[in-house]
Amino acid sequence: MTMTTTQATTRHSVVELTQVSRWYGNVVAVNDVTMTIGPGVTGLLGPNGAGKSTLLHMMAGFLAPSGGTATLNGQRIWRNHEIYRLVGLVPEKEAVYGFLTGWQFVLSAARLHGLPSPADAAARALDLVEMAGPKDRRIETYSKGMRQRVKVAAALVHDPQVLLLDEPFNGMDPRQRLHLMDLVRQLGEQGRTILFSSHILEEVERVAQQIEVLVAGRHAASGDYREIRRRMTDRPHRFRVRSSDDRRLAAALIADPSSSAVSLTDQGIEVQAVDFPRFTSLLPKLARDLDVHLWQVSPTDEDLESVFSYLISRSSA
Amino acid sequence: MNAVVADITYRAMLGRKRIWLLALLPAALIGMAALLRLIGGPDEHTAVILMEKFSIGTMLPLLGLIAGTGVIAPEIEDGTIIHLLAKPISRPVIALTKFVVAASLVAVFGALSTFVAAFLLIRDESGVAYGFSLGALLGGVAYAAVFMLVGVLTRHAVTVGVIYALVWEGLVGGYVPGARTFSIQQWATSIADQISSSPFLTSDVSLGFAISAMVVVTVGSLVWAGQRLRSLSLTGDE
Repeated sequence: MTMTTTQATTRHSVVELTQVSRWYGNVVAVNDVTMTIGPGVTGLLGPNGAGKSTLLHMMAGFLAPSGGTATLNGQRIWRNHEIYRLVGLVPEKEAVYGFLTGWQFVLSAARLHGLPSPADAAARALDLVEMAGPKDRRIETYSKGMRQRVKVAAALVHDPQVLLLDEPFNGMDPRQRLHLMDLVRQLGEQGRTILFSSHILEEVERVAQQIEVLVAGRHAASGDYREIRRRMTDRPHRFRVRSSDDRRLAAALIADPSSSAVSLTDQGIEVQAVDFPRFTSLLPKLARDLDVHLWQVSPTDEDLESVFSYLISRSSA
Repeated sequence: MNAVVADITYRAMLGRKRIWLLALLPAALIGMAALLRLIGGPDEHTAVILMEKFSIGTMLPLLGLIAGTGVIAPEIEDGTIIHLLAKPISRPVIALTKFVVAASLVAVFGALSTFVAAFLLIRDESGVAYGFSLGALLGGVAYAAVFMLVGVLTRHAVTVGVIYALVWEGLVGGYVPGARTFSIQQWATSIADQISSSPFLTSDVSLGFAISAMVVVTVGSLVWAGQRLRSLSLTGDE
């Protein structure tokens, strides 16, 4: 697969949020978020309902902050249509003009931007997302992944310095997903400022150099993916262990500092591990030394919600 | 005006089922006129009643509603309007373009069918055909602006529009003397009355007021819609 992107941008753009909040009546969707999105790929990570789309809409000029400021290169974003000369937006909503062909859709984007050679720009953008083949079919006949790619092509047609993508990998098959991930990475390497939202850590860490974690509308963590991964791994973990002799195993576990709490229940042993690496190497050794058979070792709080909850509780501590 | 916005809007309005909604009432009007002609002896009085009650009183507000809300409300509802709004184009220009599309559709489907139906019935007798088609044209333009504004202001545009068209224009505007002054239907009739010399046509609203009111309502709606579009907020699915 070869990819030729349009010429690399030379000017770097910065999106800045300063103490941004957004509320709907009594519901706070985004709470006092300050972050700077610079050149390269940034992943906005958080569970569903965390306020990612709300934050992204404020960066894209489609939502006014209730408090704080959102700027692009120092210019106010809200009610400023001039920002779209620099910004490309891929919204999460699937809806596009189904009665247009892919070609007509991307060409219309190029013409709306007032580009000097709209047809050339549209052809280049469609090539970039591998949609040159089906470009003459109506969009309503496209699969979800194809619609997503044609939306990306329309967002890239004017070679924007800033690209905002809301859950861009949703609905794509694995090959399309990898292709778009490569493209996003490549665009980021060219110095563009790219932000995409996702609720899947693996997706974010494959593409983004920088990760911003949003939980319950609050900015819970920030760093590169190693830092975020480490913070997620270092948290206390809860496990349920079932074995041939729960009582003996529990006594041995509580004697070690890797566990802060061990309790015996009808379903086995509930363990709160505070030193995750030490606990995971200790447990099989103990079982072997005590001649206890392990029937089940399962995490009880591995869902993303509890990982994010831990991050937010740490950030507010 | 923006040619690309107009092109997409025309395609959305004419390339799908909505064209049948736009064509249905004009076809019914022309059909009725043809039938009256066939069964013999259509007179000026009948023509004026058909134009007043059906063309201006029923068809025009409904066409205005279909075209005015249709050019923008569905796009706001399903989010496709982002394609237009996330571009370096002033939002009032987008609103103006959408209005021109809606107004042109009401003009073609409303005013033209009114002229054809009236002409079928009584040719150019007493200037009825010319008067009502000009009234329908200007009234249709005002309706297009008002209903486009409704489409931008609320997600229940069709419901609000139907209530306005049927209750205010059809009921209150038709029977309550004070309310007639603020009825687009009456303004359109006033214009028709001015051009036509038919004794069967009378209007409660002066021409000066009707034209001024139409200009104020049309321009005001357009400016408001443009400003509202500048502040259009989109919320996520979260």
